[in-house]
Amino acid sequence: MAWTQHLLIAPILLPLVTAASMLLIDAARQRVIAMLNVASTVTLLLIAVALLRLAWQSESAVSGVYLLGNWPAPFGIVLVADRLSTLMVALAGLLGVASLSFALARWHRAGVYFHPIFQIQLMGVNGAFLTGDLFNLFVFFELMLAASYGLLLHGSGAARVKAGLHYITIGLTASMLFLIGVSLLYSVTGTLNMADMAERIASLEGDDRVLLEVGAAVLGVAFLVKAGMWPLNLWLPGAYAAAAAPSAALFAILTKVGVYVVLRLSLLLFGDGAGASAGFGADWLLIGGLLTIAFGAIGALGSQDVRRLAGHCVLISSGTLLAAIGIGDARVTGAALFYLVSSTLAISAFFLLIELAERGRVPGADVLAVTMEAFGPREAPPSLDDEGAGIAIPAALAAVGIAFVLCALLLAGLPPVSGFIGKFALLSALVNPSDPSAAVSVGRWAMLALVILSGLAVVVAMARAGIRTFWAPPERTPPRVRVIEFTPVAVLLALCAALAARPAPVFDYLQTAADALHAPDDYREQVLAALPAERRALGSGESAR
Amino acid sequence: MELLIATAIGGLVGSGVWLLLRQRTFQVIIGLSLISYGVNLFIFSMGGLRVAAAPLLADGAPGDLAAYADPLPQALVLTAIVIGFAMTALLLVVLLAARGLSGTDHVDGRERRPRDDDEEEPPA
Repeated sequence: MAWTQHLLIAPILLPLVTAASMLLIDAARQRVIAMLNVASTVTLLLIAVALLRLAWQSESAVSGVYLLGNWPAPFGIVLVADRLSTLMVALAGLLGVASLSFALARWHRAGVYFHPIFQIQLMGVNGAFLTGDLFNLFVFFELMLAASYGLLLHGSGAARVKAGLHYITIGLTASMLFLIGVSLLYSVTGTLNMADMAERIASLEGDDRVLLEVGAAVLGVAFLVKAGMWPLNLWLPGAYAAAAAPSAALFAILTKVGVYVVLRLSLLLFGDGAGASAGFGADWLLIGGLLTIAFGAIGALGSQDVRRLAGHCVLISSGTLLAAIGIGDARVTGAALFYLVSSTLAISAFFLLIELAERGRVPGADVLAVTMEAFGPREAPPSLDDEGAGIAIPAALAAVGIAFVLCALLLAGLPPVSGFIGKFALLSALVNPSDPSAAVSVGRWAMLALVILSGLAVVVAMARAGIRTFWAPPERTPPRVRVIEFTPVAVLLALCAALAARPAPVFDYLQTAADALHAPDDYREQVLAALPAERRALGSGESAR
Repeated sequence: MELLIATAIGGLVGSGVWLLLRQRTFQVIIGLSLISYGVNLFIFSMGGLRVAAAPLLADGAPGDLAAYADPLPQALVLTAIVIGFAMTALLLVVLLAARGLSGTDHVDGRERRPRDDDEEEPPA
């Protein structure tokens, strides 16, 4: 049918139109606006799943190319649906539905424009994943960042505004670097289309090649600020800790945008077909990723607040993915993609869960707990002949506690959940290189060690946080948890459990995606060969591909 | 010509970076504005600096880029200017909100007085 070919632009157009129409509705009618948001986000998820199915069933690397304005690449901007981009759009849709469901309980009323900003955020993220043009990527990146500033500031308050000021400043600086990098790449290659640029790189020489590498490095720094590589990530734990719970849950996908772009560009532009620049930046990514894992692990152990712990878990996951990209092996990339899916779902659920677990606690309870542990009086153990054989645990506390345990297992990478499978696949791919004659390098061993040690750090930190939150407090009122708030957490964790129960089809899909990324010739040919639709004849006729 | 533009870009971005690293929010915003001016000039200069060549096709002249200024970087600059303008406006509002909520225009939300050694910022 003719309309299905426009499915590829729907993840961008639908939230845009929805946000615009929300602004036209009187802001006092929040219920109408909220229902519009729900309808749009659920439709987005369905569209994303449809695109995912199309990509799954497609024989070729690229399942769809959409020419904006009907101009063929490289003259026009293209949207490209391949396995990786549709996967990321589906992840964004999932996180959107989860975070919206949580926000509908009460957070959406903390500010007047939550719903339009939420839709623009989804639009920016979807556009960043689907686009095949570098400057279009900049535009969607800015849209995504602008909406994230709004979401971070949602709910206001001194701490949030201070964190917002820092976040916005760093975001703007990263945007400046992005512009410098893109313009350098344009001046050297003469094109902004990613596929076309990949074709032209092989034939550059001398000064042009130096400028290309400089431009790519500057561009890379801009994305690594977003992805959270050390030492560019010092803003991240503070910013994510200050955000409201639904905003923080959605921010889990923002770091993955940075990682996605680094993955896409490093393999497309500096893969084997890049001539003398093949593999440019891989060593830096590996070293930076390892340092990020180390920083995240140490930070997780040192966090006194459970929100900062969650921020450091984001860093550990980013560092693992960046180091995996730096290794440059298709099997490692495939395992890293599985780990990406699992860790994104887990972190999002964890951010939502923290808000639920913090209810009923005295503000600053974490700091009090640390002080009590270090300096407090040693209290006598409770006597054993108190009434009853156990303590009554309210159902809400039990549910939140069990979810906390699951999140801890997922983030640390312990069995039986999908975090373990992702980590195990990663470790197995690290010590079994695709090229059987190659030795296992020092970098691979270092990454193996750091992945395992970071898991240990997360276990210790999460166990301590869990004990402080659920077991140790002298008095706590049971948290009041609404079903609409707990359901997204439960669904995200159930998805992780399903991933662990049947990982094989997902693994096949992701490994095929990784193989296609490491052999980008198909991508390049299909994008550049996409033909514009024939112009509709006046008065009659149909446009056909 | 290239030397002039390069010096201008260098001066703008250098001053901007220095201001960006200062402790007062207004200096940070001015620094970001200067950097954005410098970067916009940089993007424009990536199209090649050519005198008296408008990016408009003329009748009869060859349709070859060698005779015209490259229009694409000019379009990129316009986009970047618009986006930068919106972000600066947003950052100004956040600056005002931070000033109102924390009572100070220090970027960290509180003044650093070296004499005060009693009150520590609570661990975040």
